[in-house]
Amino acid sequence: MKIAAAFGLGTARAERMSGGNGDSELVPQTRLSGPMPWVIAIMVALTVIAMAAGLTLSNMAASATAELEGGVTVQIIEARPEIREAQAAAATEALGTMPGVVSLRHVPQDEVDALIEPWLGAGVQAGAGAAVPVPALIDVQLEGQVSEGRIADMRARLETAAPSARVDAQSDWLKPVFDAIASLQWLAIALVVLLAVALAAAVLLAARNALGVNRDTIEIVHLLGGTDRQIARVFQRSIGIDATGGGAVGFVLALVVILFVGRRFSGLGAGMIDNGALGWTDWLALVFVPIAAAALAMLTARITVLHALRKML
Amino acid sequence: MSQAADGEIIQFDNVGLRYGTDREVLSDLSFTLYPGSFYFLTGASGAGKTSLLRLLYLAQRPSRGMIRMFGTDAITMPRRRLPALRRRIGVVFQEFRLVPHLSAFDNVALPLRVAGITDRELAKPVADMLEWVGLADRMDARPPTLSGGEQQRVAIARAVIGRPEVLVADEPTGNVDPDMAVKLLRLFEALNGLGTTVVVATHDVHLLQKVPESLIMRLDKGRLSDPTGALRYPPRRPARPADAPS
Repeated sequence: MKIAAAFGLGTARAERMSGGNGDSELVPQTRLSGPMPWVIAIMVALTVIAMAAGLTLSNMAASATAELEGGVTVQIIEARPEIREAQAAAATEALGTMPGVVSLRHVPQDEVDALIEPWLGAGVQAGAGAAVPVPALIDVQLEGQVSEGRIADMRARLETAAPSARVDAQSDWLKPVFDAIASLQWLAIALVVLLAVALAAAVLLAARNALGVNRDTIEIVHLLGGTDRQIARVFQRSIGIDATGGGAVGFVLALVVILFVGRRFSGLGAGMIDNGALGWTDWLALVFVPIAAAALAMLTARITVLHALRKML
Repeated sequence: MSQAADGEIIQFDNVGLRYGTDREVLSDLSFTLYPGSFYFLTGASGAGKTSLLRLLYLAQRPSRGMIRMFGTDAITMPRRRLPALRRRIGVVFQEFRLVPHLSAFDNVALPLRVAGITDRELAKPVADMLEWVGLADRMDARPPTLSGGEQQRVAIARAVIGRPEVLVADEPTGNVDPDMAVKLLRLFEALNGLGTTVVVATHDVHLLQKVPESLIMRLDKGRLSDPTGALRYPPRRPARPADAPS
């Protein structure tokens, strides 16, 4: 053959100085290191579980808030039953004409007895000479949210009609519960953030290790005219495959845990917990976790490799 | 043709190189390489040949002085523009530096892939090149399974496959038999005939005699001498090297 034929690509080479996409074999596709996909799988599983817990708590809180929104309880705290009932009737009448009141219900004595029965036993309230005086209850539903101003307005109206009345927003009773739920939500968010940072750190270490192992090859490719981006792309793709595989495994693990725990909790039949069930938008957010993990891993690998390459001439 | 084809392709002006705080391994290098010329770089072991070649193929920045390549200041050039410059230079490394996980074919194809040539376009030229260096039946072999001479031929094929404007070779015939050495030299001459500037570092006196048109640059303790007038302009072209190292 003529040797000039072997140089036939000279012109084509010169025309493509900007670099192309034939970089798939520039450095060995070794998968950054053996445990890497499993580290990512565990991180993703924990993140999905933490996020699912956070979303469940959020749903529970939202549901309870919606139920209690606008709810006000009026108690007539009076030991003498006849005065208590008279004041309850007067209060019901006074509140019935108040603007913004959607519904109003004087809770029958039977219901009140049933409410306290688990603690005080049956028949405690029977008869006028009851040993333990229990307040009369009026359940009021206001239009919109309950504010301090509206509570004060109700108190003012009841001051003369029912001087023994005590007015409380129903949401106040559950405030400690809401606070606890909010704390757990923050805990879940903190866990998700910490796990993301830990994932990025693990990828950074793995990328640096891979860079060290392949340093000689990278230097050769560099001297042959390979660009930083070409080399970074190879590492990015390699860890992208790791992260996608690990993320998928982690998501399936988390899914099994969530479904198992969810089934256990639904068996309790407690209203508030039932209301925490994950909706389709929640599941969408959970599916986003392994995708975000893969994106984070690839971004971290790219930044790490580019940073290391910049130290070479 | 390159921008520098009308004049110099590489120009060194008062270049010095030191590693760390040691004394300079190269001092006061001022010379010009012209397009289409064939240079031998000679000198005793430790004279600084490899260091000078590293400056030529942009693996190293000098400690001082100015280097112009292809009409551009290679010292102040932004780092992101260096890859494009490097693709115009073919390099045969002294230790071959083949990529161990790639086959002979893929090693030779590497500069073309880096430059964005598709597999379909590069398949035939790479196969032809490997055939020419006598490795047609070893295309799929990986470097660890190749002999020293075979690795050297793969390294040379890799350096010349992209038809570089400048070819820099560090002891390119050190591990091959005399017949293959001559054959490789003919390859360099063929490339040179197509317009490539060739710089071959060697201490093999017989090699110098086989390219009578070549110009000699001699390094001695990091300083350059000009036994054949290679560094003058227009360079004198002696029929035979007058001052080959012993």
